[in-house]
Order: sequence, then structure tokens, then C-alpha cells
Amino acid sequence: MSKVSLTVNGKLVTADVEDRTLLVHLLRDHLGLTGTHVGCDTSQCGCCVVHIDGRAVKSCTTLVGQVDGADITTIEGISKGDELHPMQAAFRDNHGLQCGYCTPGMIMSAIDIVHRYGGNLDEETVRHELEGNICRCTGYHNIVKSVLDAASRMNVAQAAE
Amino acid sequence: MYSTNYHRASSVDEAVALIAKGSDAKFLAGGHTLLPVMKQRLAAPGDLVDIAKIPALIGIEASGDTLTIKAATTYYDIMHNADVKRMIPAIAHLTSVLGDPAVRYRGTIGGSVATNDPAADYPAAILALNATVKTNKREIPADQFFKGLFMTALEDNEMITAISFPVPEKAGYAKMRNPASRFALTGVFVAKLKSGEIRAAATGASQDGVMRVPVIEDALKANWSASALDGIKVSDDGLIEDIHGTSDYRANLIKVMAQRAVQAAG
Ligand SMILES: Cc1cc2nc3c(=O)[nH]c(=O)nc-3n(C[C@H](O)[C@H](O)[C@H](O)COP(=O)(O)OP(=O)(O)OC[C@H]3O[C@@H](n4cnc5c(N)ncnc54)[C@H](O)[C@@H]3O)c2cc1C
Ligand code: FES
Ligand code: FES
Repeated sequence: MSKVSLTVNGKLVTADVEDRTLLVHLLRDHLGLTGTHVGCDTSQCGCCVVHIDGRAVKSCTTLVGQVDGADITTIEGISKGDELHPMQAAFRDNHGLQCGYCTPGMIMSAIDIVHRYGGNLDEETVRHELEGNICRCTGYHNIVKSVLDAASRMNVAQAAE
Repeated sequence: MYSTNYHRASSVDEAVALIAKGSDAKFLAGGHTLLPVMKQRLAAPGDLVDIAKIPALIGIEASGDTLTIKAATTYYDIMHNADVKRMIPAIAHLTSVLGDPAVRYRGTIGGSVATNDPAADYPAAILALNATVKTNKREIPADQFFKGLFMTALEDNEMITAISFPVPEKAGYAKMRNPASRFALTGVFVAKLKSGEIRAAATGASQDGVMRVPVIEDALKANWSASALDGIKVSDDGLIEDIHGTSDYRANLIKVMAQRAVQAAG
């Protein structure tokens, strides 16, 4: 057992957990943040992606000890109250989800992509960058559309700030 | 995952001491091979020594004709590094097609080389560029480092600290990706070194892991061009045969990937 402390969605959290605990289990089982999903046991699907110190990482392949002291953002931490994050809004408007299982991971990866590329995103780049996120429903077309739409909304929002 | 004890080391010396004390202890770098294997209960280290935050193991140094990448530097930091892009752009390209963005944020060159997965990308670059693997104990030339499937010259508890690459005159990498895992179905790295030596290494193809390909090296020595490889035949002896492709298919892929790599190298 070890004591870890980390910031999750802006709040300081401390927990006494076994060293083998994965970040995704800390989030879901100890903190009740069940928006982050587990879709595989091979680190391939990306349903579990969260931001660790601003980088989109698979929380199923991260031990809690590795993130002691880190700043974590999950899907629950991106909206402003009732106002959806522009990426969430774009997924809704473009029918970017069906069952929704992959969506939290898709959205966390997609926000990271827009942060890295800013206005220089095109369809091919989005498809390459989403390779770590698997969707069983949509066939990806509307996900790619959503990300491109959100990228322009996010850049407009940034320019206005 | 079986129970384990996690330790975060802040220096190489501390990590080596912790490993020596631990029970069936293992270094943990990016965790993107070790943790999936532990989740499957195929490995059960009693102690994990996290080396990912040791300052002496992170960073890239360019000096003269040598590019040194320290062991715990992540793929993301390697592919965006200005010295890597300028001195050995083929390594930046190789890194950009390795895994996916989340893997590239965490995975490290040291972890990849220590694992020596038969379909991993970096071993091909290290062998083709005749790089040197530096450890806490010694320096190991590429030709003596890779010892077959998941086997290396590393001794128990020996830590890779850095990889030193001689800057080549030209180098290129081309990879046919397995669309599901994104590992190399076959990848070939070709290099024309400043010494004049020409080397080619293939990954994902051989049952013994990464290997040099003499027929390609000989053809390129005579004539450094993709068309010089038109007439050659790579033997399928000892190549992998699985649901993704026959050994014959992989033998042909070695040739085709080598041609693309030469084109990329220019
Ligand atoms: C979805 C997915 C896709 C992937 N695709 C690819 C791909 O296309 N190509 C590819 O090459 N790889 C791929 N990988 C593997 C990835 O590159 C791993 O990150 C890499 O193999 C291991 O590096 P790591 O830093 O994560 O090491 P870890 O998992 O932390 O460690 C791996 C092993 O190396 C040992 N080790 C780590 N660092 C050192 C050191 N400095 N000295 C001595 N021993 C050390 C550890 O003890 C352990 O035994 C993929 C992985 C995943 C999950
Ligand atoms: S749960 Fe599938 S990658 Fe994490
Ligand atoms: S919407 Fe169902 S898995 Fe993507």
C-alpha cells in the first residue's frame, strides 16, 4: 500500500491504494469518475485516455505511483458547468458517437490533437492521430468531422480570448 | 496484475541499488510493454523501479558526428527534437510511425531496446546505423547487442543509460504496419555511413528478431538506388509465418520496404 496525492480535475486527491492499482481504477473505483472507460486489456483501444500533465495518455497503462504529484484531467473535468467543451459540442452536433463507449477517450485524445496542431489540422492528420482510439460503431467518418469542426471552434475561441 | 511494490528512483545509482535489493525486480520506464504484460499475469516482478523521471536519463545531445539519445527520453520528445530532425531525420520519421500518440507520450527508447520485440522499430535503426548501447556498466556495439527474440546482451539488473548514433551520410526507414497493432509487419532501415559502410536491417520479419540483410547491403554497395534492388531475391529461410502473412510474403516485403527506405533516404 502506498499513499498517493494528485490533482484530478482541479481538486487535490489523496488515496491509500495498493501499488498495483492502475490510474483508471483509481479514477473509476475510488473516485467514482466512471466516464473514463476500459475497452481492452492490451493497451490498444484508447477508451481510457485522460490527460496527465496536459498529455493524452492511456490510464489503463499507468500505475498510480507513476502519477503521484501529477495533474490529471478526465472527461468529467472539461465542461464549464452546463456548458459543454467545444469538442463535446462538436461530437453531439456531428453525430460523432453512437453507443458512446469510445467517446470519452476519443474526446480526450482529440482535444490533445487540437492543442498540438492548432489550426493546421486536416482530415489525414486527424485520422493518423486517432490511431490509438478504436470505435466499434461509427466507422470514424463523423468522429473525424467532429474533430475538424471542434478544431475551428476551439481556434475561434482562442483567438477571441 | 499480481501484487508489486513501486519505487520511484531519482538517480541512476539509487535505481541500481533498488533493483539489487528488490525481489525479482524490474526497471519501469514508459511501462508500455511491461504493464500490459503484467496485466496479463505473464510477468510478476515483486518490485518495480521507476526510472522515467531520472534527470540523467532524459534528453538528447548532439556533438560533432554523434547523436546521443538518453534511455528514458520518450518517443514524443525524440520525434519533435530539432537535433534529431536535422541530424538523422529517419529516426524522427521512424518514431512518428511507432505505435499511436498515447504510446509515443510514454514509451522510451531504452525500454524499446531492452525489450527487443521482434517487430519493434528502434532495433532496426540501431543495427543499421551501427549505434552503441551505453549501460551503467559498459558500451555495447549494435552487432553484439541483439541476441534473438526478446533477448539482448544485457545482464540481470544492467541498465541502458543512452544510445549513441553516428550521424550517417544518408538513412531511411520504411515500414509496413500491422493495421491492428501498428507494430512492423516488416520494417527496413537502410544507412550509408560516413565511413562508407552500407548497412540494412529488417524488423518484424525474422523468427530471431531484428537482422541485417546482406543481399540488400551488397546490392546497395554496388549502386545506392532503389532500382538496384529490383533483381534481388531475399530468402524466406527463418522468416515469420503467421496469420498476418507468409514467410514468402515477408521476404518480398523486406525488398519492397528496403526500396522505399532508399527512396526516403534520397
Ligand atoms: C498499443 C501499442 C502499440 C505499440 N506499437 C509499437 C510499434 O509500432 N513499434 C514499436 O517498436 N513498439 C510499439 N509498442 C511498444 C512500445 O514501443 C513500448 O513503449 C516499448 O516496447 C517499451 O518501452 P517502455 O519505455 O514503455 O518500457 P517498459 O514497458 O517500462 O519496460 C519494458 C522492459 O524494458 C526494461 N527496461 C526499460 N527501460 C530500461 C533501461 N533503461 N535499461 C534496462 N532495461 C530497461 C523493463 O524492465 C522491461 O523489462 C507499442 C505498445 C503499445 C501498448
Ligand atoms: S482500456 Fe483499452 S487502451 Fe486502455
Ligand atoms: S460510438 Fe460505440 S464504440 Fe465508438
